[in-house]
Amino acid sequence: MKLIRFLRQFLLLDILKGLSITLKHFFSKNFTLMYPWEKTPISPRFRGEHALRRYPNGEERCIACKLCEAVCPAQAITIEAEPRKDGSRRTTRYDIDMVKCIYCGLCEEACPVDAIVEGPNMEFAMENRADLVYSKAKLLDNGDKLEPTLAERLQKDAPFR
Amino acid sequence: MSEVKTITLTIDGKQTTVPLGSSIMDAAKSLDIEIPHFCFHKRLSVAGNCRMCLVQVEGGPPKPTASCCFPAGDGMVVHTQSDMVKEARKGVMEFLLINHPLDCPICDQAGECDLQDISVSYGSDQSHYNELKRAVEDKDIGPKIKTVMTRCIHCTRCIRFATEVAGVQEMGATFRGENMSVGTYVESALQSELAGNMIDLCPVGALTSKPYAFTGRNWELIKTPSVDIMDAVGSNIEIHSRAGKVMRVIPRENDIVNEEWISDTARFSYDGLYENRITSPLIKKGKKFTTVGWKKAVETVLPKLKGNKNIVGLAGDLHSVEDLFAFNAFMKQTLESDNIDARMNGFALDGSFRPSYLFNSSIEGIDSADAVILIGSNPRLEAPIINARIRKNVVKRNLPVYMLGSEVDLSYAYKLIGTKPEDLVALNESNSAIFKELKKFEKPMLVIGADTLGRKDALAIYKEVEKLADSIGALSSNWTGLNVLHNKPTAVAALDMNVYPEGKGMDVSKTLKALEKGDVDTLILYGESEYVNAEQLKGAKFTIYIGSHKGGYADIADVVLPVTPYTEKDAWWVNTEGRLQEAKAAVAPLMNAKEDWKVFRHLSGEMDKPLSFNSLDELRTQIVEKHPEYKYLGTLAPAQKWVSIAGKGKVLKKSFEETVNDFYKSNEILRASKVMTECSKSTVNKNNAMRKAG
Repeated sequence: MKLIRFLRQFLLLDILKGLSITLKHFFSKNFTLMYPWEKTPISPRFRGEHALRRYPNGEERCIACKLCEAVCPAQAITIEAEPRKDGSRRTTRYDIDMVKCIYCGLCEEACPVDAIVEGPNMEFAMENRADLVYSKAKLLDNGDKLEPTLAERLQKDAPFR
Repeated sequence: MSEVKTITLTIDGKQTTVPLGSSIMDAAKSLDIEIPHFCFHKRLSVAGNCRMCLVQVEGGPPKPTASCCFPAGDGMVVHTQSDMVKEARKGVMEFLLINHPLDCPICDQAGECDLQDISVSYGSDQSHYNELKRAVEDKDIGPKIKTVMTRCIHCTRCIRFATEVAGVQEMGATFRGENMSVGTYVESALQSELAGNMIDLCPVGALTSKPYAFTGRNWELIKTPSVDIMDAVGSNIEIHSRAGKVMRVIPRENDIVNEEWISDTARFSYDGLYENRITSPLIKKGKKFTTVGWKKAVETVLPKLKGNKNIVGLAGDLHSVEDLFAFNAFMKQTLESDNIDARMNGFALDGSFRPSYLFNSSIEGIDSADAVILIGSNPRLEAPIINARIRKNVVKRNLPVYMLGSEVDLSYAYKLIGTKPEDLVALNESNSAIFKELKKFEKPMLVIGADTLGRKDALAIYKEVEKLADSIGALSSNWTGLNVLHNKPTAVAALDMNVYPEGKGMDVSKTLKALEKGDVDTLILYGESEYVNAEQLKGAKFTIYIGSHKGGYADIADVVLPVTPYTEKDAWWVNTEGRLQEAKAAVAPLMNAKEDWKVFRHLSGEMDKPLSFNSLDELRTQIVEKHPEYKYLGTLAPAQKWVSIAGKGKVLKKSFEETVNDFYKSNEILRASKVMTECSKSTVNKNNAMRKAG
């Protein structure tokens, strides 16, 4: 046994084995993606940039229950609310500090009306920090842009909820 | 008194002894066993209609029993955790939720909702009900309370509160069974100054605060214990604030002061703290004010304080003990002027004998008094909480109430003795039937309105009242039944702190005369008073206004210095009983406003005659040193032996007058409040409508 071990070490068999794997990959297919021109597929549960959704009739979903604000572990959400002219409960301010946010997705989970969601977008780097404090208008705009995708993602994830 | 009979019973294997007549619920409470309930409330009558408090009584009926209305019996064995009880609770909860909407996310009660809590603790996680839910139309019951009647579970707490405590038969239930609907029979604003308490009583979100609607959640509010200053009762309140802004005011329980009620002025006036505020020192240039820094403002004020001779200081209605002490010291020590007064209603007494201006019988004492004689006072508007306390005793034990004053609606029946001070004199001089009736009582309470003692013949009235009190035995060794009912938080504090001329200085009426003549060089107006309007205060060569709100006195001032209202400072408040209570600052002073005592301390330093305190603690120590009765915080100082106040003069022919012009507009915070303006309008509208209807 001792002899076999000695021969293995002396002949560098393990190293040759490793090198052969490397050599094999020289000739196999390349996996590198040319980001940002190419992208990997992402899960419907991916937690990226936030968006506030609307109902199909254009009415904003958020009812200012403030559960997301309460559950947010980073305290990144700030909500102010008052009765709208028609008497319904709506936010007057819905800010998310995207720098504070830890993208845990608890806000999405807490929302009783599926208003706040974390979308598939992860490319929202800004040139200054102030731009990363999202206002209600920005979030609603995100929602409007991504709505078909957001609805599809929620539907795909629904059986597991 | 005969010995109270007691009974012993066993609840969940633990024995307890309670007085005969207690309910099973009371007995369970003595053992700290929690029984869930909705309709039961300790300060209201028992209704027994929510069925949530079901328990099992061994040997009793073979069904669960409502513990709130089932009297405990001797040797009874009760189970609150048996399977039968648990099953019954689940069933009741399911029935209650059949017609209750699942709109917790948009309900303001969420987070402090009895239905939510009890459903989680005792309810089932599913329902058998698949049919349609009931919907009820919301009612408009005025600017204070928002209704969502679909959420109502018909506990009738609000109805019982309105009829029993507030004394307005305006709430009621119409129709039966599923169609039952709670509301005002005729759609109209609730005409009660205690209506806001229904919001706290409502176990669900059917009645919520209208001004607070949707603006905050109870879990995000910072709660600060404080004291209400809209009247002189000193109701204990809790100020809820968020992000440095007062969001709402709710009562704190204190059995010896306000039980758990507060008046609507206390509850809904907080928006006035942010309307019309002075946020920075102002200097008048021409007819307009320009905003300046504190340094510039103080520099402008100093020569007018140093150089001028005839300096007068008048304090308004809403000041705390420390602030009045500091103001008094500033006037008398730093400026060496005795021209100072805080008795803007012309209150005739000074602070030499403390019981002479206090509500000596104490608010708690109303429960043991056997008669109340109101003299020129309308407690319903001057102190709604005290009125509710009197009403409670009228309803509970037929406490007789007599009235010498204008015939007002007190929400309970009383016997009108007379409307003029002369009737009081007549009562003292003749041995009439009423006098004999009064003489029978052992613990009668005489209550004089503070504004009545602001009349020109105040001392004569006081003399007569004292004579009456003495002759009917209200001034015995163990019962001081002569009470003054103040309606401003300043009143007692100002008299205690000697904020009045102690030598030959000018009081309010002399100041007003001097102003007409143009004899006042510098007038320092510290806070507003509803008794003297700004027009009367014109005429000084230089006017400084130190206050929190614009308009009124600020308009006639040359320099305005901003100070804080009650929510923005740690302060001691003393109520009409002379009870000292502490309030904490709920939020920081708004923008450039400063705490009042600091302004006087700063000015005195600039004058090179600094006042001898540098912190609030030092200030308080000095107050206690000078006024030993101020070491009793929260409790009353020991009673003093009554010494006769030598009243003098003859009463005038003028009859007693209603002094509260508009309950919802009686100080600067209330005047600035939009909610209070609406309340005031709805009262006027209702009165007009009633007048039209005849």
